[in-house]
Amino acid sequence: MSTTTTRGVARPAPAKASQGRPRRALRGSPAFNFWLFTGPFLIGLVIFVFVPIGWSVWLSFFDARFTVTPSRFIGFDNYTSMLKNSNFTGSLVTFTVFAALIVPLTWALSLGLALLVHRLRFMRAFFRSVFFLPTAVSYVAAALIWKMSVFTGVRFGLMNTVLGWFGVDNIAYLSDPNPPWYWLVIVTVRLWLQAGFYMILFLAALQNIPPELYEAAAIDGAKPGWQTFRYITLPQLRATSTAVILLLLIAAYQAFDEFFNIITTRATWGQTPLMVLYKTALGENQDYGAGSAGAVILTLLICVVTLFQGRIMGFGRGEESK
Amino acid sequence: MSAMSNSNFSRRSLFRAAAGMAAAGTLAACGSNNGRGGGSGSGKQLVQYFHAYGEAGTEQAIKRYAAAYKDTHVRTSWITGSNFEAKLFAALLTKQAPDVFEFHPQIQLVKSGQVADLSDIIDPVKSDFNQADITSHTVDGKIYGVRMIDDPQFFFYRKSMLEKAKVDVPTTLDELIEAAAKLTTDKVKGVYLGNDLTAVINPLIWSAGADTLTADNKPAFHTDAVVAGMKQLRTLFTSGNLLLDAPADYWDPSAIDQGLCAIQFSGMWAMPAMQKALGDDLGVFPFPKVGDAGKLSVYNGGWSMFVNAKGKNVDAAKEYVKWLWIDQKKYQEDWATSYGFHIPPRTSIAQGATKLQSGLPAEGVKLFNTYGHFDNIGWTQAMITAVQDAFANSVRKNGDPDAALSTAEKKVDAELEKLFG
Repeated sequence: MSTTTTRGVARPAPAKASQGRPRRALRGSPAFNFWLFTGPFLIGLVIFVFVPIGWSVWLSFFDARFTVTPSRFIGFDNYTSMLKNSNFTGSLVTFTVFAALIVPLTWALSLGLALLVHRLRFMRAFFRSVFFLPTAVSYVAAALIWKMSVFTGVRFGLMNTVLGWFGVDNIAYLSDPNPPWYWLVIVTVRLWLQAGFYMILFLAALQNIPPELYEAAAIDGAKPGWQTFRYITLPQLRATSTAVILLLLIAAYQAFDEFFNIITTRATWGQTPLMVLYKTALGENQDYGAGSAGAVILTLLICVVTLFQGRIMGFGRGEESK
Repeated sequence: MSAMSNSNFSRRSLFRAAAGMAAAGTLAACGSNNGRGGGSGSGKQLVQYFHAYGEAGTEQAIKRYAAAYKDTHVRTSWITGSNFEAKLFAALLTKQAPDVFEFHPQIQLVKSGQVADLSDIIDPVKSDFNQADITSHTVDGKIYGVRMIDDPQFFFYRKSMLEKAKVDVPTTLDELIEAAAKLTTDKVKGVYLGNDLTAVINPLIWSAGADTLTADNKPAFHTDAVVAGMKQLRTLFTSGNLLLDAPADYWDPSAIDQGLCAIQFSGMWAMPAMQKALGDDLGVFPFPKVGDAGKLSVYNGGWSMFVNAKGKNVDAAKEYVKWLWIDQKKYQEDWATSYGFHIPPRTSIAQGATKLQSGLPAEGVKLFNTYGHFDNIGWTQAMITAVQDAFANSVRKNGDPDAALSTAEKKVDAELEKLFG
């Protein structure tokens, strides 16, 4: 395909570098060079990632309340208590629902925005920036705006004011989980925050589609609009879509900020696993054993899901097997 | 396909971003904001943790008292945000732990050896303290914290609104629900109990004639009257007459000050701000009776000073706590009455606190003395959370209160087993 040229452009570096005179010492010992470059990163990784993970696994087998250096071994008690904890199991459902809502919605919205902006003949840079700007807003700040001004339950909240014009009663979006209005708040805030970023990714991919394809399609009689979108644009965006969906899933897994700030602290619903673990381990309960057990369970789940997903999407497989 | 170069690009940039973040993390870890100040090396210094009180001038006051202490330099960490407990407990496990901190009496702090025995500094003045405050801080005859302030929590109401709606001050939960209906207009909701209703859990349990724990530490909250009370609370919750999702929670006077509700559950601390906003159009009443055998109740919360037993300067910390919260009665009175209103736990100070002796503050003090229930040191955070979950699941989420309380009871039993064997 015509796009192979871009591949060549993307990786010219190694050929050039090997020609010039090697700089002092950098050739001398490959082992030294290896450690010079990977060492700092590795040290950081060990101190901030591997040690805490190991420590956490160790803690999960102890009665570690109000201490991270416990002495009483309790076997799998923490694991059974976490698995029996309805808040924890419920949180797994919550974030599955969250991912099921936010991933397709963001995908569709950011693709839609990208298509619109891509079509613009003037002020394209302006609209690109406008839609991208929310990405720069902090999740906490946005969550608080959503909670305290857009979706407050009082009569002067933005949504309730608008609904009031149509004679609808004030709605308590967050306190009352029946019906679960809190999803509206949680999903819209993240949609607003992240759609612009993924729009940029789609825009870049759209600009990468060679115009010859559309010309050829037009000659073959494809109608502009849905037909070209369905049979040319969408297939050409497949790789970007896969990456976007993967990134969205990872972001959904990590959701914490907006849930923590929007859902009232004492709710038993609308909790992501991280929130439940935070409350168990670092909140008022300070049960590091149970919290660590939950973290290990969650890690195992994420491993299983990632492997499964890699199977389906082929992400991380060698180039040649694609 | 173009796709390949795309995915290469994004994978590489992802890696770069990850490396950048790791570097940033390392840099942050090198920061000097370690809670120990400049570290000039001029001998001992103490760190004290306070949660952010809402009333103006409180932070300055605490820092002023600390500055007046000449023996040791005391640095104040004023913890903002709604998760003081989380920040405090996390800090206590580190080398940057505070030497002195405020919290509520909870037995797990004693059992885990986190707080120091303060009997030797309290004993000489023990008789001057409210005896309930001594009891709630005592384990096996040792006293583990100095009470700074007692904070009764009850209902505030707008007299004018009740008069206009021809509503009497409610004395039963049923009357409160009726009053809420009569007081609700298109602008004003009848009652505000806080956004998550947790503030009224203990009062409801006591008003239903039950208790959190029995004297010999068995769960005592699962009674028919409490279940019935939860069902009543559910009807109030769904009636549309309860203010929900207000911008500020129950501890803040905004809701009643701004005319969002006619009756608000809050604490004595908010009284000066409410009086300033509403003048004489303000009254107080205790949590009404729940069921036929119910009784009026008030939750006497409050804050106490503790010394970190695992800190480096336990003796210096104890000296400081003795100096400020035992000896400096002027400061103690200032702290209790100059910002929000709190009741001084020291009888000698309470008697001299003129601001609390007339008008509405005096009524608050009367509720505190007549209907008050103090903290039970055996009622720990894990048990509090268990019961809060039960209320959230049944009152707000329409679950069965009886089943929810059974679940909570099991969790509380497991906790009691861990604590007392």
